[in-house]
Amino acid sequence: MASFITRRFLQLLITLIGISIISWVIITQAPGSPIALTIDPKVSPKIVEQMMKNYDLDKPIQQQYYLWLKKLFTGQLRSFKDGRPVMEKINERIWNTLLLNLVATIIIFSLAIPLGVFSAKRQYSFLDNLGTFGAYLGISAPSFWLAYLLILGTVELFGYPVLGMRSFVTENFTTAEIVMDRIWHLMLPSIILAIGGLAGLSRYTRSSMLEVVRQDYVRTAKAKGLPEESVYYKHALRNALLPIITIFGFLIPDLIGGSIIMESVFAWPGIGRLSYQAVLARDYPVVMTILSISAVLTLIGNFIADILYGIADPRIRYQ
Amino acid sequence: MLISPILFLILLGVNLFFVGSRPPQKVNQLIISSIGDASFLNPILAQDSASSQINSLVFNGLIKYDRDLEGFVGELAESWEVRGGPEPEITFHLRKGILWHDGKEFTAHDVKFTYDKIMDEKTNTVRRSSYELVKKAEVPAPYTFRVTYRQPFSPGLETWSMGIIPKHLLEKVDINTAPFNRKPIGTGPFRFVEWVSDEKIVVEANPRYFQGRPNLDLIIYRILPEVALNEMEIMTRSVDYSSLFPFEFKRISHVPFLKTYSEPSLGYTYLGYNLKNPLFQDRRVRLAFTHAINREEIVQYVLYGLGTVATGPFPNHLWYANPHVKPIPFDPKKARQLLAEAGWKDTDGDGILDKDGKPFRFKLITNSGNETRRDVGVLVQRQLREIGIDVKFEFYEWSVFLKDFVNARHFDACILGWGLSVDPDAYEIWHSSQIEKGFNFISYRNPQVDRLWEEGRREYDIEKRKQIYWRIHELIAEDQPYTFLYVPLGISALQRKFVLVEKEGSSKETFHEIKMEKAGLMYDLIKWTVPQQIVLEQ
Repeated sequence: MASFITRRFLQLLITLIGISIISWVIITQAPGSPIALTIDPKVSPKIVEQMMKNYDLDKPIQQQYYLWLKKLFTGQLRSFKDGRPVMEKINERIWNTLLLNLVATIIIFSLAIPLGVFSAKRQYSFLDNLGTFGAYLGISAPSFWLAYLLILGTVELFGYPVLGMRSFVTENFTTAEIVMDRIWHLMLPSIILAIGGLAGLSRYTRSSMLEVVRQDYVRTAKAKGLPEESVYYKHALRNALLPIITIFGFLIPDLIGGSIIMESVFAWPGIGRLSYQAVLARDYPVVMTILSISAVLTLIGNFIADILYGIADPRIRYQ
Repeated sequence: MLISPILFLILLGVNLFFVGSRPPQKVNQLIISSIGDASFLNPILAQDSASSQINSLVFNGLIKYDRDLEGFVGELAESWEVRGGPEPEITFHLRKGILWHDGKEFTAHDVKFTYDKIMDEKTNTVRRSSYELVKKAEVPAPYTFRVTYRQPFSPGLETWSMGIIPKHLLEKVDINTAPFNRKPIGTGPFRFVEWVSDEKIVVEANPRYFQGRPNLDLIIYRILPEVALNEMEIMTRSVDYSSLFPFEFKRISHVPFLKTYSEPSLGYTYLGYNLKNPLFQDRRVRLAFTHAINREEIVQYVLYGLGTVATGPFPNHLWYANPHVKPIPFDPKKARQLLAEAGWKDTDGDGILDKDGKPFRFKLITNSGNETRRDVGVLVQRQLREIGIDVKFEFYEWSVFLKDFVNARHFDACILGWGLSVDPDAYEIWHSSQIEKGFNFISYRNPQVDRLWEEGRREYDIEKRKQIYWRIHELIAEDQPYTFLYVPLGISALQRKFVLVEKEGSSKETFHEIKMEKAGLMYDLIKWTVPQQIVLEQ
């Protein structure tokens, strides 16, 4: 086990360096420049050249890469857009994203698994078919469109603000009302964010369940007279959930990586919006740092999933 | 296991109940929506409009434009005088007793410091170009600031409306990364309170403002990146002021608690012809195109009527635009005739005009992501097709568009817009010295116009400048190096609860409706208020 972890860790490091070099090349060599994004007749080309020099953009690409790495590890890395340390900018927003995605994940898991089990228990019943239909709808409908509908609908119905993390006029609110206001603002984006995952995961649980309930040990459990609840939730579900570990591994980078579209639609001050704006503004330090963080998280997620497999399924051995 | 969905539904229900019983609001504050977050709350570093808007509340310039955008009124400077000559000199006499928000006194050294920081090559500012003709800047007395130019340069006056930054706070730090840029100290009517990234920026009334404390207690900038949903926030009254899309205008103007405003923007959209391309070197061809393009139709259908047809290189509503230059009328017959005169006829009967066996075919480009320009392009393409011109219309991502086409001078014709400053000087766009590396990327060359731009920069007298720019307007309209398409109207909505209050004497207050000025709706912002005794209509 220990040698497996060391070996995987080394692999991880090499992959990471590879990822950072490739993304560096793609990002900096893509057309565009962080300076003078608009054509302003009051800004002479000479000034633009001077600014490029101030930002080290006139140096050869390998040197720029080296400078980025060095600044990243010494904490000197600053955004082109506002001259602030990149880590500070990320730290400001990452918790908002984490909160939103955590709630969405809780919604997904707490609803998808019961739904999936229920569908599997009554395969081809009316409710199961309804579930199937709903799941396909949830997967295929573009989430931004659903978000628009939901926003329009709630504003029309309640006339209450939905965008952002909180309401802006809260002078005469009680503490309880402020808390409810925060929950309300958290609710809509997390529901929308959860819909796609909910649809997918409930289907996944259903099919995995269906496979498991046909196994011999489930039949044995039933034959020895265990109550149905116990058969489904204790014996079958546990085995059916094994593949979910993989999904969990992928979830970690998602939690932090955020959702560019939902954060923009709901004016949620998170990391997804930051990275989108940074890409548009060619703010290389920010783009690269966020990319690297999500690369690290993806790799760690996979790593954890690998280890969890071994724990959850004794048949898997590491060599 | 089924408990979690039930819990979830209960939470949702409680929330909906709460939302239905929300109390109404009545506070003396203004919430403005902004698409993007600010970058630097420091006027010399800021480039984006969000930052500039907030900076204009927190900082003051020496002077500012008057409400008709014709002359200047003093701000930090009480008065100023211009001494002409080959090396003109402007002397600003500053107001005494103005305090920075931290209590220190403002002096001419702060002005000098601001200028020095702009000129410092290490400062990441794009403003430097505007000050390049300054020979020296000095402080002859603590409340006097004098600047000497290398040559007469009247557009230079406008640059002194730049916000002045405090020397005592920025002297010893690297201005590009100073924490000051996120919690600014200025002299302006509003003091900085708080900035939550990507969410809001809050400023409050400055009780010691030299023109008196503003009536509004707070101004909040809300950052709402999804413009299409702005409307929702106005309707739920969680935004008081927002700019609008043309398609929202009609709908919003029917809302009883909102008032809509429109103002001509400082800029125009045009169809520019690359004059290096032999196709467009004949003036008759360009004129024919303008005749063939129905600009009224473009304004009506693309802008929902919220714009005016442009006649030349200036926005129509300001003093330097020549009212005698009339828009070239839509006249496809005339267009065909002009093209025939230039030798373009359909000899092979394929519906496309040709000359010396070559069909009239060219590529029109614009940047992607701008739906207005895309729609304009499609209309232009169709209208030109009707007089027998085959246009291929393509879009490119903005940076590619700039680098590979516009800056490389590698295009036939393009649709673009200029955002201009208030001063009429557009030397950078039209002077032939700017063909090589400047912004004259269509390679327009007219010695008479060149001379007039130079003259306009040398002249300080507004009446004389007017004559010069009126003439330029005429000449450029005659040459038609662009087909000037339209000047869009900027439109916005404001909650009706805001009024202007004029204080006469000590007790008498009169309320007025907020009106659009040429200098913008917010010109009298410090007089805005929400009257407490008036009950808001629901």
